[in-house]
Amino acid sequence: MKLLTHNLLSSHVRGVGPRGFPLRLQATEVRINPVEFNPEFVARMIPKVEWAALLEAADTLHLVEVPKEPIEGYEHDEKFLKKMHHVLLEVDVLEGTLQCPESGRLFPISRGIPNMLLSDEETET
Amino acid sequence: MALSCSRNRYLLLMAQEHLEFRLPEIKSLLSLFGGQFTSNQEIYGKSPFWILSIPSEDIARNLMKRTVCAKSIFELWGHGKSPEELYSSLKNYPVEKMVPFLHSDSTYKIKIHTFNKTLTQEEKVKRIDIADGQRELIESYSVKKRHFIGNTSMDAGLSFIMANHGKVKENDIVFDPFVGTGGLLIASAHFGAYVCGTDIDYNTVHGLGKASRKNQKWRGPDENIRANLRQYGLEKYYLDVLVSDASKPSWRKGTYFDAIITDPPYGIRESTRRTGSQKEIPKGIEKCPESHVPVSLSYHLSDMFFDLLNFAAETLVLGGRLVYWLPVYTPEYTEEMVPWHPCLQLISNCEQKLSSHTSRRLITMEKVKTFENRDQYSHLLSDHFLPYQGHNSFREKYFSGVTKRIAKEEKCSQE
Repeated sequence: MKLLTHNLLSSHVRGVGPRGFPLRLQATEVRINPVEFNPEFVARMIPKVEWAALLEAADTLHLVEVPKEPIEGYEHDEKFLKKMHHVLLEVDVLEGTLQCPESGRLFPISRGIPNMLLSDEETET
Repeated sequence: MALSCSRNRYLLLMAQEHLEFRLPEIKSLLSLFGGQFTSNQEIYGKSPFWILSIPSEDIARNLMKRTVCAKSIFELWGHGKSPEELYSSLKNYPVEKMVPFLHSDSTYKIKIHTFNKTLTQEEKVKRIDIADGQRELIESYSVKKRHFIGNTSMDAGLSFIMANHGKVKENDIVFDPFVGTGGLLIASAHFGAYVCGTDIDYNTVHGLGKASRKNQKWRGPDENIRANLRQYGLEKYYLDVLVSDASKPSWRKGTYFDAIITDPPYGIRESTRRTGSQKEIPKGIEKCPESHVPVSLSYHLSDMFFDLLNFAAETLVLGGRLVYWLPVYTPEYTEEMVPWHPCLQLISNCEQKLSSHTSRRLITMEKVKTFENRDQYSHLLSDHFLPYQGHNSFREKYFSGVTKRIAKEEKCSQE
């Protein structure tokens, strides 16, 4: 699971609503996966990022050199974009859990794939 | 008058398959590249020859880089119903435009294409090749060669057509909520989009369990969606896949996807499910206790399409497209049965026959209005809702047709 995806995921446990974001990340196995750098794509993603959640997740994984916020003119700042590229797309959580901050419910990640399934009682109607 | 008509006119030679899908594909691609669909020819129907006005050669070239429905494109210099008409039409074509091709050392040849052997050639064109379409993609991406397939893996040509209907472009994010083995993602990744998907089936997403290819027992470690993309050199476009119930999405509020391209289950070869409250755990899941699939509710098809449209309306960017297959019991089909949503505009509806009484329709919709919470409930007020119920019984009707036929055949063989 990439950190870009983690940044978009929210718990859908019943009653939790917007307080289900962000999911607390715990990782037991992480892999760094080199991915071809595409500045246009990274620049497109910047406006979608919830920065506080990203910093929290990056901190949990002990990542360094993570920009604290989007800088002005980021679209043309290759250094900035390269750092964001690494954080968002090259860090892959293979094993771990995602935890709903409100209900405590755990969603497992195995082989890099999060499992978001809940039973009917647990989910919103 | 004649001069301005003949400027920037092109002849497209179309492939003679997926006939209904061709016009929406060409229209979508022209719109993607900044052109607009205009034409003098009124009826396209079954003809492989289409005459289009395209504002620039760049747009024409971009069109050909993407289309799988058109085989080749030619600058149209003249046409007519008889050799005399053709000759006078050619004479009217501005000489300045011919000059670049008339050097003494450049060569040309004349090829004659006919359509329907019963007709003699209707049009002859002086052929200057501009570009050929992308039909060889269909062969290189053929499902037979793909490492990881499922029971319902999409024919490669159709998956590219779907991506074209979806106006997928470089640096888009494309999502498939019923991703299965990821076949539809491959076409979008090929066009430069970054792809992600979800599926309720843990085993399929992980690449475990019974293999769908004949003569194979278990899916190997190189059989999963990521491996499929890697096979075609498209791994860099792989974002993520998740095990998730499409009716209960886990995305935070916002618009993320440029296109949603999907083939939802019809309940025949793959079952339609969603998570329910029954505790019974299906067989075959024992190996993966953490998969936690308390599944047994059958998902009414009409609910599924409603959920899909709502999901698309919420998570698509404005102008983004939803492309999906709608199964139809042909004897009862009416246009009103096509699901509707206040935020989504219907762009096209193309039929593909599956059997004598069933077909499926490729529906393309575009998000034209921002989603507001109250839109979720508008379906209750709309009388469009009632015809949806027909989709619920699709499975019953499909099987009732099959069982009736089998009974009839048995009866015939006994007589």
